Amino acid sequence: MYADFDLVIPETLDEALEALAGAVGGGNGGTQPLAGGTNMIVDLRARRVAPSRLVGLGRLDGLRGIRIADGRVRMGARTTMSDILRHPDLAGHAPSLVDQARVFGGQMVRNAATVAGNICSGSPAADAVPALLALDAEVTLASPSGTRVVPLSEFFLGYKRDARAPGELMTEIAWDIPPAHSSNRFYKLALRKGDAITVVGVAVALAAEDGKCGTARIALGAVAPIVKRATAAEAMLCGQALTPELIDAAARQAVDDVDPIDDIRASAEYRRHCVHALTRRLVTQAWERLT
Amino acid sequence: MAETKTIALTINGRDRKVAAPANATLLETLRELGYFEVKSGCEKGDCGACAVLVDGEAIDSCLALTWTVAGRAVTTVAGLSLGGAKHPLIEAFEKSGAVQCGYCTPGLIVAAQSMLKDTPEPDDDDIRLGLSGNLCRCTGYTKVFDAVRDAAAVLRGAESQA
Repeated sequence: MYADFDLVIPETLDEALEALAGAVGGGNGGTQPLAGGTNMIVDLRARRVAPSRLVGLGRLDGLRGIRIADGRVRMGARTTMSDILRHPDLAGHAPSLVDQARVFGGQMVRNAATVAGNICSGSPAADAVPALLALDAEVTLASPSGTRVVPLSEFFLGYKRDARAPGELMTEIAWDIPPAHSSNRFYKLALRKGDAITVVGVAVALAAEDGKCGTARIALGAVAPIVKRATAAEAMLCGQALTPELIDAAARQAVDDVDPIDDIRASAEYRRHCVHALTRRLVTQAWERLT
Repeated sequence: MAETKTIALTINGRDRKVAAPANATLLETLRELGYFEVKSGCEKGDCGACAVLVDGEAIDSCLALTWTVAGRAVTTVAGLSLGGAKHPLIEAFEKSGAVQCGYCTPGLIVAAQSMLKDTPEPDDDDIRLGLSGNLCRCTGYTKVFDAVRDAAAVLRGAESQA
């Protein structure tokens, strides 16, 4: 490869954090972490990034795996999309996350690409992010001076900008197991069913209380500089018994919550149309499962 | 200039020590060593022509840096066999005529092998999912699906006899 850089492959998390200390978070140049490589190597080859040093995380087995205990799902940062598909229990309470893994790249990409890598890519089309936002996930960021937990809803600051301080490494993604009377769904609209970049991604999570919608989460991908929640639309659903009219009104509100662009895959107008249609469809499906 | 170092790994069952620079991809290293069955295609993770198994799991070798597979077992299509005989997937691809120009074939077979390890009885959706990262512009995939179904049955038979 033309790109020129140093590569260190630490054996422990502490060594990795030392190696990353002082790194430039997310941007160009400096020291950057390397996980599955399915974004980084492509970006290096295209000269979109030019780090002087990469810190390979491949030997940090403690960062890989899914643990479900005490009402919480804890996913190591290096957990791959294939790990999500193989897990026996995840489809039961996070079908949205499993569904996005099924349509994430091709098999070889799913075998390498990590959840934290997808989040930290900062792409508004990152498929794991809508599902995790709708599940109210939190991310753990570590540095030699300690760790902190940040809600994923506060992680993205702007297009390819996030809350990581220089040198901070994402080590875990975690969320509470959704309550028994809840439902979550994800749909990816793309030009093909496999191995395609998302045109619009929608994740919905609803919880019912006494026949009404208790909490609602709607997260939208590839229709704004960051993956974002349609909070005004969510608010319209909370505390209500959902009717087709209300669901349609909330789906229209979701269109006002986004700011899509025209690009090679679709026009902004088409994306707005699909945000309405897909939000209405997914909220309807999620609600039907609860009533 | 990127630093060069020697790493130890297993390629097709053979222990090797390989000198590679920090910025070498596994694809580049394998082809330098003469494993020409590993093809270079899109170099973006879309086409799957460069797929190899690392510890039994298929990855795109164009997206892996060589140093990151130190100590691991790399298998190309040429390293696949079953009890010393021709691997059922290779046999089935030949028999079904799932090969035309052949450029995608090594990657398709490696991806199919990786998929069958997790899913020994695949339905068409499983095959579609397993081969979603492999592009073939000749066959239209119909005969590829036939080959994978046939090989899966042969492999299940071999498993039940073992």
